[in-house]
Amino acid sequence: MIEAHNLTKTFQDKKRGLITAVDHVSFTCRPGQIYGLLGANGAGKTTTLRLLATLLQPTSGTAKLAGFDVIADPDKVRANAGFLAASTALYGRLTSREMITYFGRLNGLADAEIAVRLKRLADELDMHEFLDRRCEKLSTGMKQKTSIARTLIHDPAVMIFDEPTLGLDVMTARSIVKFVRECRSRGKTVIYSTHVMSEVEKLCDGVGIIHDGRLVAEGTLVQLQARYGEQDMEEIFVKAVGGEAALEAAALKN
Amino acid sequence: MNWNNIITVYLKELKDSLRDRRTLISMIVVPTLIMPVIMFGVGTIMSKIMKQAQAEIVSVMVLGGTDSPGVVASLKADKKFRVVPESADYKQLISDKKIRVAVDIPAGFEPALMEGETQTVPLYYYEGELKSGIGVKALQDYFAALRDRTIEARLMERGVPATVIKPFVIKRQNVAPPEKVGGNAIGGFIPYLIIILCFTGAMYPAMDLTAGEKERGTMETLLCSPVRRINIVMGKFFMVLTASLTTVLLSLVSMGVSAGIGVMYFGSSTQAQGTQQALAAKAASGGTIPLIDPAGLIGVAALVLPVAILFAAMLLAISLFAKSYKEAQSYVSPLIIVVIMPAVIGLLPGVELNAKLALVPILNLSLVCKEMLSGVWHWDYISLIFGSSCLYAVIALMFCVRMFNRESVMFRA
Repeated sequence: MIEAHNLTKTFQDKKRGLITAVDHVSFTCRPGQIYGLLGANGAGKTTTLRLLATLLQPTSGTAKLAGFDVIADPDKVRANAGFLAASTALYGRLTSREMITYFGRLNGLADAEIAVRLKRLADELDMHEFLDRRCEKLSTGMKQKTSIARTLIHDPAVMIFDEPTLGLDVMTARSIVKFVRECRSRGKTVIYSTHVMSEVEKLCDGVGIIHDGRLVAEGTLVQLQARYGEQDMEEIFVKAVGGEAALEAAALKN
Repeated sequence: MNWNNIITVYLKELKDSLRDRRTLISMIVVPTLIMPVIMFGVGTIMSKIMKQAQAEIVSVMVLGGTDSPGVVASLKADKKFRVVPESADYKQLISDKKIRVAVDIPAGFEPALMEGETQTVPLYYYEGELKSGIGVKALQDYFAALRDRTIEARLMERGVPATVIKPFVIKRQNVAPPEKVGGNAIGGFIPYLIIILCFTGAMYPAMDLTAGEKERGTMETLLCSPVRRINIVMGKFFMVLTASLTTVLLSLVSMGVSAGIGVMYFGSSTQAQGTQQALAAKAASGGTIPLIDPAGLIGVAALVLPVAILFAAMLLAISLFAKSYKEAQSYVSPLIIVVIMPAVIGLLPGVELNAKLALVPILNLSLVCKEMLSGVWHWDYISLIFGSSCLYAVIALMFCVRMFNRESVMFRA
């Protein structure tokens, strides 16, 4: 379960002054569901997810993940969340096995327990062949699998994905999407940010459209289609943010 | 603080660093190789140049002297000198290193000697030029000997015993034991070296573990783990400290081994010569290191620790601010000068420890090491230095932890 209440984050920028990256964002994601956060580049998706993962502290408002408050209990929030982003890389000089084991230990697991879980994850993700190869020598797909295993080693209740398919080839992207669905079927709470409309259509049970730091529309795909009178996700998105002119203005601001 | 987590982070950083060629070079290869290179390479070249210069026959131009055939003949007969024909541009020739020295024998030199008049014999040389300096020394010795012989002859002539002009003899006696001499000779150099190695040893891993991780995107991965940031900082900090101390330790071991080998190879020959110069050369080449007070070395090690902590924490905090390895380098490189300056001031002769200087970081270490290695223990200063260094180290470490907790630093756009 993720419950965000009026999450707000402001930054001080030398050139642009005070920037409100996330502006009173509230939403709820339930276990066994995928919540899609849809937005253009710079809309505030990454900042929102970093607030949920407690990498950043909210300026005001708060959020609860798996029952723990991001301000009061950030360590417990991280212990119950798996965070996977295009920006979360692997240690090149560690092997895939060492990388996953390291994060198991950081999550307080005993080595025997880690070994059992690692074996199961490697079976599921078909990783045995490259487990003892250094991460810097792995292909993009192998790296993604290692990252997935890294986020799952402590079996978190909440999964946070920040544009996980960004820059990946079709095959690797598909395997990620498949994996995200599996997380849902295992009853995990999943939040998934993207700017790819088709991924939202394929994957998400609920959608939040974020624009200029604010959540401008929220609902299931069917609800959104009904509200905006459009079938296509892209058209819905453009209408929700206030038309193409608004999108362009936001792009110029960034 | 959670020590389990700190150890987990530390062990991972250690493994990661030991697989990194650049860290291995800065932590292990450089300190082990730099000592033998300095001691043997530079030492051998210097002693070769000195020997060559000393062995070379001094080319002397004799100006005048036509009415003093005896002096000119004996100069020509002396195997140390090669007398070259007179020329008016002797000053230019000395400057151009064509000849080393020139001597102006005044007109009527020999006849004046007979009559007992005082004469001036100008020697021309080039100050600061090694070979010219050696040449003028040899020439001065020659004329000093001639003067002594003249005095003796004059005294004999008048039937006066030689003791008349030697009422007493001055004898200098050294009371410092050999290890203290060694401590003074190299005492300034060792802390200087330790301070620099301590800094450079920490430099690379500090940048790699912070700015390097940000650049490679692993910092965000690490921060996603439930481990508190203070534990991450401490794990990284201990790794940087390990690298710094390993560098110092390896260079000390390497210095000891090189000195041992040096004594084995060159020791006997220098002792055979038994001259003051040979002793000085031995001290400079580290030949007396085994004679240094071991308690002094322990004292140095104890005082280096807080400084190493200060360096590790400072370097971590500064390079954490950088977004990339390159940016970190541009922040850290100028710091080397800031660190070297006080270390160099400590090397200067005459700079003595006092209560004020005991509070200046790095300089205080440099000064107190010099004292401890020569067996002087000012306990009040030592405790003041240790206390203040620990305080600076703790402040730096706290600053470092603070930086890790600041999102404007960790996620600098």
